[in-house]
Amino acid sequence: MFYRESGDFKTTYAKDTQTFPIKLDRVGYYIILAVAFIAIPLLLITDTGGGANYWTNAIFLPFLIWAIAAIGLNILVGYCGQLSLGSGGFMAVGAYASYKLMTSFPDLNILFVVILSGAITAGVGILFGLPSLRIKGFYLAVATLAAQFFLVWLFNKVPWFYNYSASGQISAPTRSFFGFEVTGATASAEAKYLFCLVLLFCVAWVARNLTRGRIGRSWMAIRDMDIAAEIIGVAPLKTKLSAFGVSSFFIGIAGSLFFTVYLGAVEVGEAFGIQKSFLLLFMIIIGGLGSIFGSIIGAAFMVLMPVLLKIILVDQLNWATDIAAHFQFVIVGALIIIFLILEPHGLAQLWRLLKEKLRLWPFPH
Amino acid sequence: MSANFFYTIEVIANGLMTGVMYSLVALGFVLIFKASGVFNYAQGVMALFAAMTLVGIQTGQVPFAHLINVIFGTHLDKFGWEVPTFIAILIALAVMIGFAFLVERYILKHLVNQDPIILFMATIGLAYFMEGFGDLMWGSEIKKLDVGLPQGGNVWLENATAGWAEGFYGFYIDNLDMWATAIAIVLVAGLIVFSNYTKTGRALRAVADDNQAALSVGISLRKIWVIVWSLAGLVALVAGIMWGAKSGVQFSLSLIALKALPVLMLGGFTSIPGAIVGGMIIGVGEKLFEFTVGPYIGGATENWFAYVLALIFLVFRPQGLFGEKIIERV
Amino acid sequence: MNATAESYVTEDGRTIGGKVMEMKNITLKFGGVTAISNISFDIREGEIRAIIGPNGAGKSSMLNVINGFYHPQEGEIWFRGEKRKPMKPYQIAQQGIARTFQNIALFKGMSTLDNIMTGRFTHMKTNMFWQAVWKGPAEREENLNRDIVEHVIDFLEIQAIRKTPVGRLPYGLQKRVELGRALAAQPKLLLLDEPMAGMNVEEKEDMSRFILDVNDEFGTTIALIEHDMGVVMDISDRVVVLDYGKKIGDGTPDEVRNNQDVIDAYLGVAHD
Repeated sequence: MFYRESGDFKTTYAKDTQTFPIKLDRVGYYIILAVAFIAIPLLLITDTGGGANYWTNAIFLPFLIWAIAAIGLNILVGYCGQLSLGSGGFMAVGAYASYKLMTSFPDLNILFVVILSGAITAGVGILFGLPSLRIKGFYLAVATLAAQFFLVWLFNKVPWFYNYSASGQISAPTRSFFGFEVTGATASAEAKYLFCLVLLFCVAWVARNLTRGRIGRSWMAIRDMDIAAEIIGVAPLKTKLSAFGVSSFFIGIAGSLFFTVYLGAVEVGEAFGIQKSFLLLFMIIIGGLGSIFGSIIGAAFMVLMPVLLKIILVDQLNWATDIAAHFQFVIVGALIIIFLILEPHGLAQLWRLLKEKLRLWPFPH
Repeated sequence: MSANFFYTIEVIANGLMTGVMYSLVALGFVLIFKASGVFNYAQGVMALFAAMTLVGIQTGQVPFAHLINVIFGTHLDKFGWEVPTFIAILIALAVMIGFAFLVERYILKHLVNQDPIILFMATIGLAYFMEGFGDLMWGSEIKKLDVGLPQGGNVWLENATAGWAEGFYGFYIDNLDMWATAIAIVLVAGLIVFSNYTKTGRALRAVADDNQAALSVGISLRKIWVIVWSLAGLVALVAGIMWGAKSGVQFSLSLIALKALPVLMLGGFTSIPGAIVGGMIIGVGEKLFEFTVGPYIGGATENWFAYVLALIFLVFRPQGLFGEKIIERV
Repeated sequence: MNATAESYVTEDGRTIGGKVMEMKNITLKFGGVTAISNISFDIREGEIRAIIGPNGAGKSSMLNVINGFYHPQEGEIWFRGEKRKPMKPYQIAQQGIARTFQNIALFKGMSTLDNIMTGRFTHMKTNMFWQAVWKGPAEREENLNRDIVEHVIDFLEIQAIRKTPVGRLPYGLQKRVELGRALAAQPKLLLLDEPMAGMNVEEKEDMSRFILDVNDEFGTTIALIEHDMGVVMDISDRVVVLDYGKKIGDGTPDEVRNNQDVIDAYLGVAHD
């Protein structure tokens, strides 16, 4: 009744293919943007207790950064159908590229550092994507494991990557963007938050554009029926490599932000191990494969759930933290299975179905 | 013949036996994949869970002790009895069979016509679930697994071969590895006999070949799946015992599953002999590479060598050594 | 009727041109099985060429050879006067050959509109940078091609299912969408692999009408595999008959209908 579509006719192709064709959606989108860009930073600035930092570090930053990574992985897995278990390793490439750039070129603007790190990761991703022409399905997934383990080993063993430091750890020096510090210990919560938010917005915008045009269709064609796709003119290697490239670009950006803005210091095995690759995969499964909105929702879900569990189980019920951790595994595992059985297209599809119901409400059909 | 030569032989022998251990895990994958096309990522966690259950039963642990304590404030830990190894193994096996039933009923049945990738991701979910569940049930600390198999280097062999060359102190081969190899051979032989000479085994092969055709001759798909997952559970139990006795029952056991993947890539996903051969190639390859090249590049190459080897191999032969050639039709 | 290389005009006013595709001595083997054995035939511009024969005769394999999906061990393929060099299927598609498939090969995850838009691949060129920005060349190109696709949608009368995911469409409509995808490519040669399979009489009449309209309005050269003899005899200009990988007949529908070999192998005789 209030979610109306009828009477809303599009008279140009441009209007027909816009991202939010329904007016109510558009309004909702602007509201969310206002909250994200204005309301939350104001809250962060005015909060002088430890609260701002806690919220930023526990929820906002991981959410924004994982959302970027999830969009990246979704392009490769959800849109192009190439299963990859190497995302952790690629995030590591982004992080270490940033470290080397920041330490070798101290005057380089942090934004360029992040973008360049993404570009370097794209190159590595394309390299590891080369076998995808010959290898498909699970075999490809296992091949990406080669990337995961090799890269983590590489950053652990080759001292050049961590500037020959004794501990093997890398830490991010302070850098500013337009006068506000965004990395390092003195950076403010709102600066870090806005920096990541702007990047998420840009990544989502680019991803939306790529997936609604020719390239997006070529990815989906390869995913759905790669032989037929080739026969109608889609060059398979070029298309798959472009998916690997774009996906790794975004994942590299996420890895760079993860290190520079969020954690500040990382040890590669712990920060970028295989567990992170699976975490990212779960985000896009639960959120919805082949959906940008789904990637963002999935990231929000997987970031919020442990926090919620901790609040309920540890703070309220006084359970030990390790039991809470075990419960998390149980719940995540069960949710994955339930989602795959009930709604393989994830939360994004559930949202779509909900909107369909809303269109008709209060009529049943 | 220098000491180095004998050490190399030792490395190869150890590699072969490690390979056999990998094959034990890979076998479980092959069984399930052959019969249902499902790539069961949870196989490694099944081995871990089976081992944990065995130890838990043996030592008389109370299941979910920690959880119950935390909710009710009790202080449960053990029942106070100990179960003899043989009976404990049987009970653990029964638990794995029960597990197979539950998996079929609540997961496989509902995902029958889905893409293989969806099924694969469901098994990843299952792996995570089992991991948390196992930890809740038996506790996540490292446990020692003792089923009465001798451990430690074989002293007799070491003494007999010492002094074969200057600076060579004798072959150091773990007793446990030798037992594992023997048990694996028996297990594989048993599986091959079962598959080729019994009625159920024939039914399994029929299902592996063509689900629809098997259905049409009256084979119950669901029953076969329960049987196959139970067999995989048995294999997981054996693998769990072997690996657990060697390095203790702990989380890292489930990571062995990841190692089994390159084994499968080499040997093909549907071949039992392939799993063995693939396992041995990976085992020997890993150890040799670490022994020869490892010291020059910082060591710990066993983390990734198997995957890179399998990757290179796959580029030239996408179906593995023994797998069926993939024919694509339009 | 006319085996010369010059163009002629048919009774209903269409112009049939020179050879657009020629298969010379094609032999295709899979291991020990010979699917196609020394077959030669040609397809002339603007005509509707039917390929018929019993199951397993090698008809689909022949189309796959034309597409470049299978590589014949022997023989040459000449397209528009040039001998074909070893090429990948997507390059052959770029030359202007489009096709439909026996078992529908639509992209199930996409809508009708998107599926037909994929038919425009070979004509869309904007690079990744402009696509990422969208506003500007990419959007213009998208809307231009959308226009062409909309014409195809109008032509096939499938406006109502534009946004429906094709997986949800009934079989007959899926076949039509697949035809749309092939048409959107504005091909020089259109290959149809059993376009009428699984259809009832009404659907067959619709599909025949579309095929004839495509040939009439756009002058598209069409080669089709089909089992329904009524359709074949009605709409095709020339027919080539295959049996067990060999060619046993080649000519107009009337010539083929009276060819004893064809009758023995395939058509059979009407019982009195």
